[in-house]
Amino acid sequence: MKSTRKAYGEFLLEVGKNKDVVVLDADLANATKTDAFMKEYPNRHIDVGIAEQDLVGTACGLALSGKTVFASTFAIFMSGRAYDQVRNTAAYSHVNVNLCATHAGVMVGEDGPTHQCIEDVALMNVVPTMKVLSPADDISTKKILSMCMQESGPKYIRLGRSDVEDIYDENATFKIGGSNTFGDGNDGTIFAYGPTVSIALNAKKELEEKGINVRVVDLYSIKPVDRDTIIKCAKETNKLVSIEDHSVIGGIGSIISNVLCEEYPKKLEKIGINDTFGKSGSAKAVYEHFGLTKENIMSKFE
Amino acid sequence: MKIEELQAIANNIRKDIVEMVYLAESGHPGGSLSCTDILVALYHEKMNLNLDENGQRIDKFILSKGHAAPAYYAVLASKGYIPHEDLKGFRKIDSYLEGHPSNKINGVDVSSGSLGQGLSIANGMALAKKLDNKEGYVYCILGDGEIEEGQIWEACMTANKYKLNNLIAFLDYNGLQIDGNIKDVKSVDNLKEKFESFGFYVQEIDGHDFNEIINAIDKAKLSTKPNMIIAKTIKGKGVSYMENVAAWHGKAPNEDEYNIAIKELSK
Repeated sequence: MKSTRKAYGEFLLEVGKNKDVVVLDADLANATKTDAFMKEYPNRHIDVGIAEQDLVGTACGLALSGKTVFASTFAIFMSGRAYDQVRNTAAYSHVNVNLCATHAGVMVGEDGPTHQCIEDVALMNVVPTMKVLSPADDISTKKILSMCMQESGPKYIRLGRSDVEDIYDENATFKIGGSNTFGDGNDGTIFAYGPTVSIALNAKKELEEKGINVRVVDLYSIKPVDRDTIIKCAKETNKLVSIEDHSVIGGIGSIISNVLCEEYPKKLEKIGINDTFGKSGSAKAVYEHFGLTKENIMSKFE
Repeated sequence: MKIEELQAIANNIRKDIVEMVYLAESGHPGGSLSCTDILVALYHEKMNLNLDENGQRIDKFILSKGHAAPAYYAVLASKGYIPHEDLKGFRKIDSYLEGHPSNKINGVDVSSGSLGQGLSIANGMALAKKLDNKEGYVYCILGDGEIEEGQIWEACMTANKYKLNNLIAFLDYNGLQIDGNIKDVKSVDNLKEKFESFGFYVQEIDGHDFNEIINAIDKAKLSTKPNMIIAKTIKGKGVSYMENVAAWHGKAPNEDEYNIAIKELSK
């Protein structure tokens, strides 16, 4: 069990040996977990204070000068407050910058709706040329970040606050536009990304005990999305369900629906936040409140 | 270069600006004409435009007030970055010269146009130089209306924190913005004190006097602080009916107005 933000911090410490790596933060180093890098490489940790628009601009200036840049703040500020900077500077100038947004979704928990970003996937997805990635656990976080270092242009990497179960082992592979499928059941497909992958896998396991065989697809590459796998699952499996810690408007459910509509029309049941703000509470209680649970997934198959 | 030569270049660039906006039937002549002399002093006299071993320009430039694209493009053409005849395509569907600067254009390091963002980017570039102990300066031109954007002040604090004395910013202080006089729209008075209190070394100059522009840059290079050169300018400088008229912020001249402007600039 480890949060993806913690995995991000560990990754930075590792790649920090490369002195072209520069990490930026906006007064949240303890929360985004860039603090370990800050202690080890203080000269290459730039803290711009509580100024997220300046954060993105400064990060782009460093990246345009050839630095390998990771800029960190909460998802709500990266995708919301700094949207124009992300769009007009990072994306329009095709800057090689890694926008690492932690505390995505209602998983934030107690801090409540103001800090629970449930629209960042939608916002980042519509930015022309932006790549949007969302790892599900420790190993996938490190492998996806490593992949992003080799990928040109702007990347938005969605990370979470709370611990999530380990899913992948060291042999797992990831690629831009890829996905990973667990199981080959034909009764249904559960599409997930980030923290809902482990929830989906737990649902899959319990469904199997009831004789319902489903597969789980980790759509870690939200944009570009793995259209082929979505279509394949639509053709090969009976029921389609998506689950995400994000608004159902503009989230992965919408993205999958677009693909299905264009290629293989089929019903999809979307689990997510239904056009409402989040709620304070423990992450577990909030997930239960919004139906981000294995029980809710299973109910779609019964 | 002799001052007279710089003035002659600036005059040709002003003609280019008027022609580009006339042909495009849109664009921003006022603020382009006000920052022309600063751009000419930078590109034709002060900037080191050579590339370092990593292909990075030794001196960098960011036009934060991106709507002055006509002036920027004309100066880039005067330095051979883009073919001069391409200027005629400004803002046209079959041209790469977008309405605001795009870094797809040769010589442009970063896109700009959404106001308030350039100083942060300049800081990042200046920081990169500091991290690598690289020579060179990062120049940035800001509009005076632009500093109503809060991000500018965020960036000022960052520049001060990291003592970015390799940052040399110009404020094109023409006193006008779209909705009228700056002092009426949103007071940005006491500018020298404002920037000084944010940790900048501030100089106030005549932004149309090449000697003053060049001397200010030389002094800025000796500074231990980030630099702000407040350049008092005239919006629409060089075209009588455009000078100090806010309406010429974003309006193209008609044929008669175009002919008058070219005649005046040809004197």
